[in-house]
Amino acid sequence: MLTKRIIPCLDCDLQVPEGRVVKGVEFKEIKYAGNPVELATRYYEEGADEVVVLDITASHERRATMADVIDRLTENVFMPICVGGGIRKVDDYIKMLKAGADKCSTNTAAIKNPELLTEASKVVGSQAVVIGIDAKRRYVDHPDDAKDKIVIETEKGYCWFDSSIYGGREFTGIDAIAWACECQDRGAGEILLTSMDGDGTQAGYDIELNKAINDAVDIPVIASGGVGEPKDILDVFEKTDVSAALAASIFHFNQYSIGEVKKYLKDNNVAVRL
Amino acid sequence: MITIIDYKSGNLKSISNGFKKIGEDFQITDDVEVISDATHLVLPGVGAFGSAMENLELFRDVIEEHIADDKPFLGVCLGQQVLMSESEESPNIRGLDLFKGRCEFLPKGVKVPHMGWNQLNVVKDSAILEGIDKEYFYFVHSYHVIPDDSDIIAGTCDYGIDVAASLSQNNLFSTQFHPEKSGKAGLRILKNFTSIKE
Repeated sequence: MLTKRIIPCLDCDLQVPEGRVVKGVEFKEIKYAGNPVELATRYYEEGADEVVVLDITASHERRATMADVIDRLTENVFMPICVGGGIRKVDDYIKMLKAGADKCSTNTAAIKNPELLTEASKVVGSQAVVIGIDAKRRYVDHPDDAKDKIVIETEKGYCWFDSSIYGGREFTGIDAIAWACECQDRGAGEILLTSMDGDGTQAGYDIELNKAINDAVDIPVIASGGVGEPKDILDVFEKTDVSAALAASIFHFNQYSIGEVKKYLKDNNVAVRL
Repeated sequence: MITIIDYKSGNLKSISNGFKKIGEDFQITDDVEVISDATHLVLPGVGAFGSAMENLELFRDVIEEHIADDKPFLGVCLGQQVLMSESEESPNIRGLDLFKGRCEFLPKGVKVPHMGWNQLNVVKDSAILEGIDKEYFYFVHSYHVIPDDSDIIAGTCDYGIDVAASLSQNNLFSTQFHPEKSGKAGLRILKNFTSIKE
């Protein structure tokens, strides 16, 4: 059977030649975690199922640096690689795939120009087109208070999910659940779903968000944002049907190894590859 | 030499790095002459059946000859699908037709694409699957192959149905999964393939 994937995420600052992996709390308070190629190789050896490499600087000049990082990565890392940050044109997908990436994730560029997903999926195939959705809860007193949104009932009250862009610096007012469905219709093959309420807080994944989006689409969903301990990963697999769990800090700072987390999941009856 | 056919479809980087890692010499080419001299041919591929076939027409004859001579051939992912006669993905387009049968969309009730690591059940002896038993491999596909003769299926995986994960007939081999993305078990398959003598 298909196993649940554990995906370490490398948020990279490519302003130094080798690139460096950083991690912030709610996209602030940046900490340095290491070199992307070395970290990814370590995770591969530890049994990671995939790696996501995000260019948090995401500027045009850094694209060549990213291609170079991917290029060096593929020499020793034989697992799928997803690249994000600065992917704006179909040509960017092609460049990254040529460098050895398997998938590219977009967020801001797709919201600004949804046609990008349609075109990219035609050219490189849906399997390479990942849509990053960064969602933030917007609470309302009553579902009727947000009639044009998909309001769900959560433990903390009614809310809908607002899609944010530019790494969480701007909110669009676009309903994340409706947007996820549109992305699927346009040909996206996977959703990398980050909870903006949880990212970097280590308070656990937003289960209600992950369940709502996962149930609304047929493509795989990767849960992201908020993991603090292996129990959080178990929770999201037990309470939702997401395909994968992404984490950064708990792996970077040697709190837990990938192997330890997978063993813990297996002991708790989650199908993982060991 | 091990020769990877460059038909402008697919990630050649990863499969070449796989061969590099296991210490095998290889070349990437779109030159029919060079391909006709290859000892081992590799057909990678991602993308759509129709556009891949469009680019592959040029190589149809040389691939047919290679297989008629029973020289080792490995098709990966879309490179497995184009070996079939046809695909639901691109009706009216003829596949390489080296394996009789068709490709169909994955059945309802499972997430598509089938993306992630799935366990391989080896169902018959196949040189490329030597030493492989219950290992996990990385799959990413929306269509699956249904050969007319199920005896050519060497490996399956469970994804709602038994997906034909690897086919083999004489020295013609294919995998639906990506050995070049499947860690050490995947590299083992590449090594097995390169160890096959003509």
